[in-house]
Amino acid sequence: MPPSVVLVTGVSRFLGGHLAARLAANPDIDRVLGVDTVPPPRDLLRRMGRAEFVRADIRNPLISKVISTASVDTVVHASLTANPGSSGGRVAMKEMNVIGTMQLLAACQKAPSVRRMVLKSTTAVYGSSPRDPALFTETMTPKDLPSGGYAKDAVEIEGYLRGFARRRPDVSVTTLRFSNFIGPRIDTVLTRYFALPAVPIVLGYDARVQLLHEEDGLAVLERAVCEEIPGVFNVAADGVLLLSQAIRRAGRVPIPVPSPAVGPVSRLFRGARLVDFSPEQMRLLNFGRVVDNGRLRRQFGFTPRWTTVQAFDDYVRGRALRPVVDPERFAAVERGVLAAARSLR
Amino acid sequence: MTPRRRALRPVERPRSEEEGAEVSEARVIPLRADDAGRWPSDDPPEADGVPAADAVPPAWEEALAESLAFLRRRLEGDYAVDEFGFDGDLTDNVILPALRPLYRNWFRVETIGMDHVPEVGGALVVANHSGTLPLDSLMTAVALHDDHPGRRHLRMLGADLMFRLPVVGALARKQGSTLACTPDAQRLMSSGELVGVWPEGFKGVGKPFRDRYKLQRFGRGGFVSAALRTGVPIIPCSIVGAEEIYPKIGDIKPLARLFGAPYFPVTPLFPLFGPLGLVPLPSKWYIEFGEPIRTDTIDPAEADDPMTVFNLTDQVRETIQHTLYRLLSQRRSAFLG
Repeated sequence: MPPSVVLVTGVSRFLGGHLAARLAANPDIDRVLGVDTVPPPRDLLRRMGRAEFVRADIRNPLISKVISTASVDTVVHASLTANPGSSGGRVAMKEMNVIGTMQLLAACQKAPSVRRMVLKSTTAVYGSSPRDPALFTETMTPKDLPSGGYAKDAVEIEGYLRGFARRRPDVSVTTLRFSNFIGPRIDTVLTRYFALPAVPIVLGYDARVQLLHEEDGLAVLERAVCEEIPGVFNVAADGVLLLSQAIRRAGRVPIPVPSPAVGPVSRLFRGARLVDFSPEQMRLLNFGRVVDNGRLRRQFGFTPRWTTVQAFDDYVRGRALRPVVDPERFAAVERGVLAAARSLR
Repeated sequence: MTPRRRALRPVERPRSEEEGAEVSEARVIPLRADDAGRWPSDDPPEADGVPAADAVPPAWEEALAESLAFLRRRLEGDYAVDEFGFDGDLTDNVILPALRPLYRNWFRVETIGMDHVPEVGGALVVANHSGTLPLDSLMTAVALHDDHPGRRHLRMLGADLMFRLPVVGALARKQGSTLACTPDAQRLMSSGELVGVWPEGFKGVGKPFRDRYKLQRFGRGGFVSAALRTGVPIIPCSIVGAEEIYPKIGDIKPLARLFGAPYFPVTPLFPLFGPLGLVPLPSKWYIEFGEPIRTDTIDPAEADDPMTVFNLTDQVRETIQHTLYRLLSQRRSAFLG
């Protein structure tokens, strides 16, 4: 059963904006409202078609008025951000993530029209440590609770959402825990990281990286809006890449950095505005994190179209990343060595 | 006793030199076509990555082409890794070949009862742990790959300490190990993998030399309930010889605490002779795989019954202990066998 009025938060960024565009293209949905503190970029706004943009701050009680006057029945909360840099520092980011969600949920709780709630969460809630099982299922809780940053925000937000679901049992609540996104169009910390010509990695560690293609991410969000599938779901592609493997596939040069130097190096990258690394992202590069997407396939009824490797290769092709070493040189050296070997006989 | 199945060097085929050249060419060309449009990186493959350069042609040329193809795959990232981080390409081409000399020439491992290990499907190998450094698990992995007709990869369950360590942790995952926890064990066993577990843990591997071949406590029997839930057979495995590689005659507790290690061993050679003390003594090893204990005849619900789990754990433990005593009574010398 498709909803009639949908409110999407965080439309100035890739997922929110493109989701609003997709929903606007669906004739069964009467109205699509996009909310954010800053307007979406011009090309994204054009894509959004008939979706309306409401410049509002979800931390402001005004959001309650927006929901009730438009009699919104489905809310997609996609504005969680992991980048302290782009949202004006860690304090502002936490404020936007946590306080914003509290206000939004409070507004939804008072609005009788709301029937469905979709939260874009993250697999970061599982943390990342050597004491964790190889694959996380939705029922597992992390060994070490994330101590700060984005992951802690997400854990708190999920907690608020569970509270909301208890107070409004008539609302169907879907929590989608997304793994790291990758793809030719999306701009994330990881897409910038792999685009560096020399990629810093933690010496002696090789994390397993699980990704999700941006299109799969949008398709899952769209399905969660259009169908009523309550529950918590891990959303991630099949298969993994090792970090070193991914760097080589992208034609980059890995630069191993000893663990004690990781902090200063990541600050350097942050300062140079190359890649906005937070400590928990560095932990991810240490131990990696892989989730089980079985529930997504069986219960949610969605099979990711791209595997992790395919999604990554699509990103490399789509961004037209130039390899640091020309691929022909390998072939040439291989031919040369074999020819020399033959001539030796 | 199972004879050793493979010679160290690739088998030389009677073939003229021209044919050899053709073969090495034919090996390389499809790879290139395959990889068109993909980027390699790093340094070009140099001749230093060629281990078999001193062999006789055309075998060495084939080996050269194979090594180059391997290097190229590694540099281009063109290999598959499973969800646990197991890298079969690296294991088969680097890790196992590196352990093979130790297995064949140093410890001269002999395997017994290899037919008890199924060729396909899930199974749980439960073994005794010893030797101060866990070389016994690595040797069991080589045994099950080299001396088993199914050339199986042993997926080992290890302590979290191992995965915390740099280099070691990453290599352990690539070699197929994962954390010893119920979800991982069950996932591996139900997907038909051969899983290896050393339930004694650090108590076993770090026990003093005077306690050699005395099995320590077998944890809480988590491995048994995992096997019960997945219905895979438990194969008791007894390893003789590993106790003598680094006879642990002392333990420096403050140093262990300093490094966050479970023990800091003192052996006759370590730390007295420094790095030289890291060379294991060349004891003669026997690895015996016992009769599988079936768990599919037991109701999986019994996995939650402490009595069933305890009895089964005890049965496995007794089997391994008795096999150890029998093997020891047949052994005349620790180093000559």
